[in-house]
Amino acid sequence: MISNTKKIKNKLAKRYAKEKRFQIYGLSAIAVSIAFLLSLLINISTTGFPAFQQTYINIDVNIDSKLLNLVDKYNEKALFSANYRKVVNQSLKTLFPGVKGRKQKKALRQLVSKSARYQLRDLVINNPDIINTKQSLWFLARDDVDVFMKGGIDRSLPESDRRLKNFQLVWIDKLLAENRLEKRFNINFFTQGDSREPEQAGIKGAMIGSLLTMLVTMLLSFPIGVAAAIYLEEFAPKNNRWVDIIEININNLAAVPSIVFGLLGLAVFIGVFGVPRSIPLIGGLVLTLMTLPTIIISSRASLRAVSPSIREAALGLGASRVQTTFHHVVPAAMPGILTGTIIGMAQALGETAPLLMIGMVAFIADVPQGITDPSTVLPVQIYLWSDSPERAFTERTSAAIMVLLGFLIVMNLLAVIMRRKFEKKR
Amino acid sequence: MTFGVIFTALMALLLLGYYIGKKRSIRLSDKSNQRLHSLPQHYGYLIAFWSSAPALLILLFWSVLESSVINSAIIAQLPVQFQQSSADEVELFINEIINLSHSGVTISDEVKRHAVFYYNELIEFSNWVKSLIVFVLAFMGMFIALAFVKPEMKARNLVERLIRWSMIGCALIAVLTTVGIIFSVIFESIIFFKTVNVFDFLFGAHWSPQEAIREDQVGGSGSFGALPLFVGTLLISFVALMIAVPLGLMSAIYLSEYSSPRFRLFAKPVLEMLAGIPTVVYGFFAAITVAPFIRDLGESLGLSLSSESALAAGIVMGVMIIPFVSSLSDDVISAVPQALRDGSYAMGATKSETIKQVIIPAALPGIVSGVLLAASRAIGETMIVVMAAGLSANLTFNPLEAVTTVTVQMVALLTGDQEFDSTKTLAAFALGLGLFLTTLVLNIISLYVVRKYQEQYD
Repeated sequence: MISNTKKIKNKLAKRYAKEKRFQIYGLSAIAVSIAFLLSLLINISTTGFPAFQQTYINIDVNIDSKLLNLVDKYNEKALFSANYRKVVNQSLKTLFPGVKGRKQKKALRQLVSKSARYQLRDLVINNPDIINTKQSLWFLARDDVDVFMKGGIDRSLPESDRRLKNFQLVWIDKLLAENRLEKRFNINFFTQGDSREPEQAGIKGAMIGSLLTMLVTMLLSFPIGVAAAIYLEEFAPKNNRWVDIIEININNLAAVPSIVFGLLGLAVFIGVFGVPRSIPLIGGLVLTLMTLPTIIISSRASLRAVSPSIREAALGLGASRVQTTFHHVVPAAMPGILTGTIIGMAQALGETAPLLMIGMVAFIADVPQGITDPSTVLPVQIYLWSDSPERAFTERTSAAIMVLLGFLIVMNLLAVIMRRKFEKKR
Repeated sequence: MTFGVIFTALMALLLLGYYIGKKRSIRLSDKSNQRLHSLPQHYGYLIAFWSSAPALLILLFWSVLESSVINSAIIAQLPVQFQQSSADEVELFINEIINLSHSGVTISDEVKRHAVFYYNELIEFSNWVKSLIVFVLAFMGMFIALAFVKPEMKARNLVERLIRWSMIGCALIAVLTTVGIIFSVIFESIIFFKTVNVFDFLFGAHWSPQEAIREDQVGGSGSFGALPLFVGTLLISFVALMIAVPLGLMSAIYLSEYSSPRFRLFAKPVLEMLAGIPTVVYGFFAAITVAPFIRDLGESLGLSLSSESALAAGIVMGVMIIPFVSSLSDDVISAVPQALRDGSYAMGATKSETIKQVIIPAALPGIVSGVLLAASRAIGETMIVVMAAGLSANLTFNPLEAVTTVTVQMVALLTGDQEFDSTKTLAAFALGLGLFLTTLVLNIISLYVVRKYQEQYD
């Protein structure tokens, strides 16, 4: 007898240890998942944060009309096509006299961004009186200089492994000593469209493109999704074969891979209806079809949650079924419907794959003006930039991701707040 | 008049129709001393509908068909040698004409000038006829509907019937989407399988879709054996499930059985955040951070790893689908009745023994269904593999090597500029058909498993 108790006691310790281990496995599974999420967020924000600053170079520019090749300084056409590049290059030469050799001269020209000449042009056209004067101007620095200023290039590496050679570092040191290099808030990132030059590239085009695409998606998917949900939940005859088919369909659509919706858009909207590629209109159409199941399913759930007593009371007072539904049931379910819609829109905002299929991957520098202008969207912009080899683009990609995640967080918070409010009321 | 102007005018007519209808019904009932059958606004809704909906329908139809009709009209009046050139050139020409007509630049080329002139004329004519038809229809609708307004007219019933039918229409869009998907992938796939044998496609081990541009080109015949893609997809999905199933399941068990309510309130939304992060972000993270990390780790262990290994893409994808496994498992584990747990405790079992021997078996169908859904998600996932896995079609089961997947190849085949009916484009649709069918079957099995094997305890 005693030995049996002892046996069980011995075993008990083992079983309790097992119990403890199992619990630790569970906790560590959660910890690993959360650690991954955190490392992703931290990694993205540390690489992306420097992109919100941009290096500027200060140069004394002698706006010589001879160099500009300009005779009449009030002729706007001549002002527009004057040779500003030469002026900028000459100013750099005067700043660093004695630069010899083709390679070094080219490197010198590449201290400032290509946008410098256009900046100068706009300045001169606005105020032609500054011609033949000397101006101290701040220009965008080239991406290599910018990366160096943010600590992205290690001086201690051997020269052949560095993007900036020794002579370039000497120039930068001189500029630094004369306070001619400065990091400022990167306003261009939010006010410019895409560009091949990292220092000029911004996300405004992609943001407006996303906004327009989301607008189309919302205007179509919200009314259609809610109407479909109301029909299926409130009006559809129960145990009808057709209604069953529609329901199974919607559930299946919710699990179809998003890239397949892109194929549909390509074959039907572009192939059959001849809608042009890469415009927000078609992006919105494809994303509408993709988000409809989400909106329908969540709207149905919140319609189902409205207590039947509300319906019965309205019907009892003589309201018709349409009146009952639209005057009483739908308003009661509205917070839930809106929550579902916001979550569906957040999904659509982050979606990339179907938009690649319908040609929204083109390089587009202009900011779109309407839903029929070629444009790109934020996630696609992220995908495009992530392919670029320049280091400055990597940090801009991360910054664009931070902006996208920011939008998503705001949308999800909105959904959470709405849900909380809704739950309190009931 | 442009689409926007006509549309705005129609919306104004809609409001006007509502107002007139409402007023007229009230006046009629006053005059005849007869009670209205329905509320005045029901008459308003009815008039508003008839004065805008038919016109709007015509407007949409016209706008969709307009450009293709005009383009073919222009092509028809071009000189003969133009009409015989290839479809690409004709399309290019049409685009040039449209651009020229918008820019207003003077054109030297005789043919082009003529075409631009003709184009402008046609557009003007089309706009004219469009506006005329739309507005005639709108006013006709309004007046005819107004003529029908009588106090004894059952306006509410008519309006409600309209509402019901339009809601049915909205619900049918979901069905139409499915039909559209099926037809578009099947049609293109049938054309594809006319040039490429079905069995060569399914079981061929060599994938190189580059087609010969010139007749005499070497090594560009294009071969479409998709087996390496299927194997690659399965390999990456397998790695993903190896990550997601243990992590997701253990998280769900801990959250539903062990954790305090406060911890659960914090951890559950954080886990679900993993599903809310856009896949392009995961792809970037996989390509920039995880893949180099795993390669370095492998090198320090003396393994030779490709920088685009299936392992990196699979791990990141696995993390992405953790919430699918965990929240579905959480639901089914919570649905297991307390009586089963109490019974097990009463027999002297510890908590973990109860979970392993009672709760998991009881919840198994639901868990399996969740895993199948996660698998279908992994197979259809695109951006992570596009950015982190390669394009090289290796037929291998080794997760340390680079593989490619069905979705990667679909993107690669369709993002270039090519003709719509080239074999490459068609191949993408054939792959899409395979993808659609696979995920469909997985979803159906997952539904079936729950329906057939889940015990009902209530």
